[in-house]
Amino acid sequence: MRKTVYKWFWAWDFDKEEKWLNEMAAKGLTLCATHFTKYVFEETDPGAYQIRIELLEKHPTHPESEKYIRFIEETGAEQVSSWIDWVYFRKKTADGPFELFSDNTSRVRMLNRVIGLLTTLLVLCLASGGYNLFLYFLWGNTVSLVGLLPLAVSVLLGIGLWRILKKKKTLAKEQTLFE
Amino acid sequence: MANQALTEAVYYILLSLTEPMHGYGIMQNVEKLSGGRVRLAAGTLYGAISSLLEKGWITALPGEKDSRKKEYRITAEGRLVLLDELARLTELLENGKKLFGGNDHA
Repeated sequence: MRKTVYKWFWAWDFDKEEKWLNEMAAKGLTLCATHFTKYVFEETDPGAYQIRIELLEKHPTHPESEKYIRFIEETGAEQVSSWIDWVYFRKKTADGPFELFSDNTSRVRMLNRVIGLLTTLLVLCLASGGYNLFLYFLWGNTVSLVGLLPLAVSVLLGIGLWRILKKKKTLAKEQTLFE
Repeated sequence: MANQALTEAVYYILLSLTEPMHGYGIMQNVEKLSGGRVRLAAGTLYGAISSLLEKGWITALPGEKDSRKKEYRITAEGRLVLLDELARLTELLENGKKLFGGNDHA
């Protein structure tokens, strides 16, 4: 039996998404496919799998990413799916613990990729929202709701970015004491 | 370079690769060597292996036909780095024992 759930997660909430997927797996619903906001689960023994999410540097079909994914799979995990540059992995709990990162350096590297993504989106949103405002002030164009939407999204992206930066700072602080 | 400390992960990876080993083998070996204390995560290990290959401290062995499960081994340069690190660790340990060890209320 398969179960499909539609759920929205912001990019900066990837750890919440991972936590939710692991809670589902603990209940016996293991992720077997994803597409954007669509999550497909299959019934397994409760807690049979652990799920991990990662934002890759390059698209999952890029040779470098393929090499990386193959390496992860050689350690006993399997790729469930991918979306844009995000990859979903799962590993049988019986085959040992499953973590992607075991030091702060690699955790920070992943956060940097999320920061890069959010910054790009933020610049795009600010540019398109700003352009609409510019038209309004210069030529008195009517400001439509659609035109201002990017600015609203910019605020959200800004908050997300700030959260990730805070998280990164905490990790960096730890690094002055621990490896 | 001589005075720089290796990360625990790099130290144990180099130590493991005095024998040819593939990625998962390294993870298992490091866990065994450290009595279960050090668990290298797959992504972190991949990053470390990439950096070590770039530095020339380890090398990828020509794989079998399928080239699945690549094996790695330490190079001569890697051995020198490991020797330096052993000397550094010995200094740390000896100083620790001298100034702190054997002290009942330490």
